[in-house]
Amino acid sequence: MSIVSTLTRRTPEPDTAMSTDSTGQQTPMLDVRGLRKVYTSANRSVEAVRDLTFSIDPGELVCLVGPSGCGKTTLLRCISGLLETTSDEVVLEGKRVSGPPEGMAVVFQEYGRSLFPWLTVWQNVELPLKEKGLCRAERKRLTTESLAAVGLADFHSAHPWQLSGGMQQRVAIARAVAYEPNVLLMDEPFAAVDAQTRGELEDLVRALWERLGVTVLFVTHDIDEAVYLGQRVVVLSSSPTVVLEDVTIDLPAERDQLTTRSLPRFTELRAHVYARVQEAKAGAQSVATP
Amino acid sequence: MTTSIRRAARRLLLIAGLPAVLVTAWWLATANSTNFYWPPLRTILETFGPTWLEGKLTTDVVPSLARLGVGYVAALALGSGLGVAIGSSKTLRATVEPVLEFFRAIPPPVLVPILILFAGIGDGMKVLVIVSGAIWPILLNTVEGVRSIDEVLRDTAACYRFRTRTRLTTLILRGASPQIMAGARQALSIAIILMVISEMFAASNGLGFTIIQFQRSFALPQMWSGIILLGLIGVALSLLFRLVENRVLAWYFGQRNTQHSGA
Ligand SMILES: Nc1ncnc2c1ncn2[C@@H]1O[C@H](COP(=O)(O)OP(=O)(O)O)[C@@H](O)[C@H]1O
Ligand SMILES: [Mg+2]
Repeated sequence: MSIVSTLTRRTPEPDTAMSTDSTGQQTPMLDVRGLRKVYTSANRSVEAVRDLTFSIDPGELVCLVGPSGCGKTTLLRCISGLLETTSDEVVLEGKRVSGPPEGMAVVFQEYGRSLFPWLTVWQNVELPLKEKGLCRAERKRLTTESLAAVGLADFHSAHPWQLSGGMQQRVAIARAVAYEPNVLLMDEPFAAVDAQTRGELEDLVRALWERLGVTVLFVTHDIDEAVYLGQRVVVLSSSPTVVLEDVTIDLPAERDQLTTRSLPRFTELRAHVYARVQEAKAGAQSVATP
Repeated sequence: MTTSIRRAARRLLLIAGLPAVLVTAWWLATANSTNFYWPPLRTILETFGPTWLEGKLTTDVVPSLARLGVGYVAALALGSGLGVAIGSSKTLRATVEPVLEFFRAIPPPVLVPILILFAGIGDGMKVLVIVSGAIWPILLNTVEGVRSIDEVLRDTAACYRFRTRTRLTTLILRGASPQIMAGARQALSIAIILMVISEMFAASNGLGFTIIQFQRSFALPQMWSGIILLGLIGVALSLLFRLVENRVLAWYFGQRNTQHSGA
């Protein structure tokens, strides 16, 4: 029943060297260079993001972790072309991003509000496929499979507001997955669901990513979640935001809520990331980029 | 089974109870009336059939309702169309909103003499009067509805690269539909009032025209029956409106109910 069993994974071996942009590597899927965003309104301006540089290779699952208000949503909105940047280069698959690009799907932080309440679950998932120009049979297959993959096979004709928060989040994920994006952006998708659901959804994301070979940028404020999910964790400072460190997560690829989280290496990595974030908070000014 | 029947009976009683009491009171109070201006309800009802169902139905009632229909639909189309345009553009909104408020504040009946000058006294004028009054609540509510569409939904539509047409129908019109319907409901009663008023000024047929004719020729039972007919038409249209609304806004009422009962 796999959604894209036909698709092959495009993941390269995670390179152990930190992303130093050495020449000769394959072109990254997503390349953010010197992204800066200042919100200007009539009487004040807020520098939400100061200077962000990182890149993601095709098929990677990268977590972006940073404290609340550090500009994670701002960054995602810039990457997805919803927001004009102040100065930047966001390059997706070799093309500079100026508007919402093709082949990108976003799961928003406010997932409940991102579903059309006047459409059923089925229609919510199918509509983007229609817009993409897929034929009816193809739409039907993708919608059925992705709803089944998130465990909502029995809720096709429900409306989003008839579902719990966790189920709404699944619909949003199913919609993104059915779209077959090359890049999937997720903005604190599980911040508002209960702990148990959260664990399930985290595993769902890992499973979908492994099956689809899609490139995932997963944003969270939760250090545990970032370490558990990612192949790499990009640690952000608090606002004005820069990249503090790009940590490679050398945990086994096969992850499991119970065993992975109790590995000594997991604890080490978590402590490491945690320390970096604390350091940044303490000496907010002295920013050392690794 | 029996409880649902009982519940339906209760509803019917609640809906029909007060009208029944009022009609009975009217009936009893005027039963032996010899007052020329307040004929017995019985007399009024006796004239109802001969007056309206024979002949006048096609010569007066149908033309009135046709003008009402055309005017109302035109107001709906124009009001929501312009409303979407204005609601979608910040600059357009800032420039036209004060003017709109001004026009809305003008009582539409005063436009009738002016419109007669421009549009004559034909059907066109009457439709124009209806449109000129009914358009405002639709227009202003649509602007408000479009403006209040959730930012996250807009972002979603942008991310998945919705085509302009889909954006318009699935995001904007559906998103603003609760407000559009609220405006349309207000517009319906305004349109009925203006239908009658436009016919009272200068007309050769129609409900308003006929009622005035009866009044001038002192055919008071007939005049009263005309007023009753207007009331019935109003009730029927309002029921029809609710039927449509329940279909169009089923999602909205459902969402509101779950929010109220849960959380
Ligand atoms: N539209 C906006 N106008 C002005 N300031 C904003 C806007 N959106 C976000 N900000 C500010 O930018 C900073 C980063 O916000 P955000 O990207 O939402 O952070 P995060 O998602 O990490 O919690 C915050 O200080 C916030 O107040
Ligand atoms: Mg955020």
